[in-house]
Amino acid sequence: MSTVTPTTPVRPRSEAVSFTAAKLPRFAPALVAVVAIAAAALPVLFMGAGAITWAVLAGIVYLVALPLWARAVEGSRGATDRLVTGLVWAACAVAIVPLVSLLWTVVDRGLPAINTTFLTFSMYRTDLDQEVGIYHALIGTLLITLFAALISVPIGIMAAIYLIEYGKGNRLARWITFLVDVMTGIPSIVAGLFAFALFILLFGPSTRMGFGGSVALSLLMIPIVVRSTEEMLRLVPDELREASYALGVPKWRTIVKVVLPTALGGIVTGVTLSIARVVGETAPLLLIAGLTTRTNFNVFAERMTTLPVLIFTQNANPGIAETPGGIRPGIEIAWGGALVLIVIVMLLNIVARTIGAIFAPKTGH
Amino acid sequence: MAKSITVDDLDIYYGDFLAVQGVSMTVKARSVTAFIGPSGCGKSTFLRSLNRMHEVIPGARVEGKVMVDGQSLYDSAVDPVAVRRQIGMVFQRPNPFPTMSIYDNVLAGNRLNSKKMKKAEADDIVERSLKGANLWNEVKDRLGKPGMGLSGGQQQRLCIARAIAVEPQVLLMDEPCSALDPISTSAIEDLIHELKSEYTIVIVTHNMQQAARVSDETGFFNLKAAGQPGHLVEFNSTQKMFANPDNEATEAYISGRFG
Amino acid sequence: MATTVVAEDTARARSRLGDRVFSRLALSAGIAILAALAAVFIFLAIEGIPGLAKPAEFYGDASNFWGYVAPLLFGTVLAAIIALIVAVPLSWGIALVVSHYAPKRVATPIAYVIDLLAAVPSVVFGLWGISVLAPRLTPAYAWLDENAGWVPFFAGPASTTGRTILTAGIVLAIMIIPIITAISREVFAQTPRLHEEAALALGATRWEMLRLAVFPYARSGMVSAVMLGLGRALGETMAVAMVLSAGGGISFNLISSTNPASIASNIASNYKEGTPGKIQVLIATGLVLFLVTFLVNFAARWVVQRSERRLAR
Repeated sequence: MSTVTPTTPVRPRSEAVSFTAAKLPRFAPALVAVVAIAAAALPVLFMGAGAITWAVLAGIVYLVALPLWARAVEGSRGATDRLVTGLVWAACAVAIVPLVSLLWTVVDRGLPAINTTFLTFSMYRTDLDQEVGIYHALIGTLLITLFAALISVPIGIMAAIYLIEYGKGNRLARWITFLVDVMTGIPSIVAGLFAFALFILLFGPSTRMGFGGSVALSLLMIPIVVRSTEEMLRLVPDELREASYALGVPKWRTIVKVVLPTALGGIVTGVTLSIARVVGETAPLLLIAGLTTRTNFNVFAERMTTLPVLIFTQNANPGIAETPGGIRPGIEIAWGGALVLIVIVMLLNIVARTIGAIFAPKTGH
Repeated sequence: MAKSITVDDLDIYYGDFLAVQGVSMTVKARSVTAFIGPSGCGKSTFLRSLNRMHEVIPGARVEGKVMVDGQSLYDSAVDPVAVRRQIGMVFQRPNPFPTMSIYDNVLAGNRLNSKKMKKAEADDIVERSLKGANLWNEVKDRLGKPGMGLSGGQQQRLCIARAIAVEPQVLLMDEPCSALDPISTSAIEDLIHELKSEYTIVIVTHNMQQAARVSDETGFFNLKAAGQPGHLVEFNSTQKMFANPDNEATEAYISGRFG
Repeated sequence: MATTVVAEDTARARSRLGDRVFSRLALSAGIAILAALAAVFIFLAIEGIPGLAKPAEFYGDASNFWGYVAPLLFGTVLAAIIALIVAVPLSWGIALVVSHYAPKRVATPIAYVIDLLAAVPSVVFGLWGISVLAPRLTPAYAWLDENAGWVPFFAGPASTTGRTILTAGIVLAIMIIPIITAISREVFAQTPRLHEEAALALGATRWEMLRLAVFPYARSGMVSAVMLGLGRALGETMAVAMVLSAGGGISFNLISSTNPASIASNIASNYKEGTPGKIQVLIATGLVLFLVTFLVNFAARWVVQRSERRLAR
């Protein structure tokens, strides 16, 4: 065999091999962290800066010192790697702070407001000493969200069925997919304006009704339902459909009896998440559902308060504190409402995830 | 100068799971050493432990010694990044960087170390590496085209060019031909023949004929039983291994009675 | 014999009828979505277009619609850009921690917590922004005014309430971090292991591996994540309406108490006092917002689709 050896082949380097690149000791990051915290404590002690300044300074000292040290010992590649590692973790820490602060504040300020009166009384009162609560807003949120779900769940699921089972990439299906994407991006205030424009055209300029809010919310819900259902239907293996067709089952019964039950868990998860997403919406409801102090059970007539709108308006018009310098009543109601709202949203999320986990398609073994 | 590898009683764990147990062998410099054995017997895992690539999987660790040129790979002072620079690797499926041209793919490793390279120097490395990988004549007119546009066999040779461009001591090949057609496979086998004059080559293969064709020495890995760790059954010259192995299990495997 | 044939016929007819009804139902649901979107556009246009050409007194200080909407659009875009500048590096950092840096038992809770952040309603963000974040930022603004006043962004005088466009931008940033993180995290994690190992086997450090193998692969996903975050930030209403103390026209001063409002927050704050004529003006601004967010989202999808085609090749 005659092999043509290249004229100038690449060869292994001839110098002595070394695997031991100069490295910082393993405890280096911890050491630098301690030093950075100590160094940042100096201005805190002498200039009386707060804990936040301390943390920020310590972070900066760490992010400068460690790469510099690494640069001296390991060279620029090691230094860059350490800098980036520090930066991504710092990003993570920085992003967690507001979440913790937010949850803490909501619980801390909301909890004192919550009692049975708060949850079972409306804000309608006939004399000034009467106790008030958020019952009317809870009912409003419940009913408006319920009607929004009644509109969007059937449309969303059927549209997803069309896209996956019937459309299969034809021109109409491509358009619908595209427009569902567009819908995902509609700002909620625009959805509210639409419902507002629609209802004042139909029923006169001063129309306010809960159902208008449901229409606006369903505009925000539909794309989420379509998306998640589509994804779930796509996961149903074609063999299952073919097995059903092979038994002579018509297509629509195959979909109803085989495809949908298989995807049910995922679909329920998607619907629950979409409810969680719209239950906290404020802007559209502010426009069309309006504000009232009374409990209204009829979504088709009269104004209806929802929880987010209540929080917004109470915060905007907090009233006068009973004692000078005390908490203003509206602010307290707003925080109490915020806590209730967050609890509702989190519960919905947990329910959705639990359902999703239980019904998750068993993959592999 | 290519280096030899000495492995002494190496255990490889994934978390608590012992994947490979008690491997000892010496891989000679400037020769081709092949590992054969049934699927899941740990030969790929063992190969990856030779340049600390198995550490990519979280929880992976080893006990025992791997010495290259008198230095232990698992010393606390050793930098895995430096190890991988000296001990190159070629994977089961060709994996050129999809967004890079052929030219940039060859230079990917070199560019990590020297930020500024003269054009002439870079051109020289590309040409020599591609020639070393027997690919130069096929691609010299389209070096700016994406590496993904090549055929599977060409892509694999591009990956070999990329690996030898950083001038490593050892080349590890993890079933380099398993995704290739017979013609491409024979091109790679020819290439391995040529490369062994310069490099220490360790190759894992599923194909016993391939092991017989390309290697000087062969190690047979096997599982003691299902769920048990893999171990090295026999390590011998390829000739002896295929003609008259010491171990019964080896003979059974090679003659096709199992695996 | 005859009876079975008849029975089969009716069964087939029934199934054919069922199929027809069901497929029509599915089709009409799909068409309903088209119709809904068309309706959004039509009704906004019917109510909004008259708002484009009202007598000057409808536009406050401005003389025509474009003079009215320009500062609002400016405020919208400015707040969204601040949000992006803050949120994008943080989001990519978190996404990398989850996909490549943290061990799994740390990464999973972090991802979960960030997803929780996505579930918090915007009105709660607004409440938190105005009562916790804004007061905390006031000293920082005073400091910036004193020490960095020569930079036009920090010209001051610093707001004493902290309810500035910068605060609004930061609240928006916190709100869009989960969106950008979720998408980026997914594309980072989808990088083929093969490419990552190729980089590592060449002796790349972790950061070099990210640069060589992950970022080129994830680039379009990262871009579209940012665009979707931008779309959300442009359209967000309540957080801005609650946090921002609006008033004043176009100004790059980020820390003063005269800030441009955003389109959405302007609608939320002014619809109540609106006469029908004034409301038409507001709806017209909503139409402008709709078009802007539509363009941004459209661009994001386009980037994704183009790159999907490129990778499929």
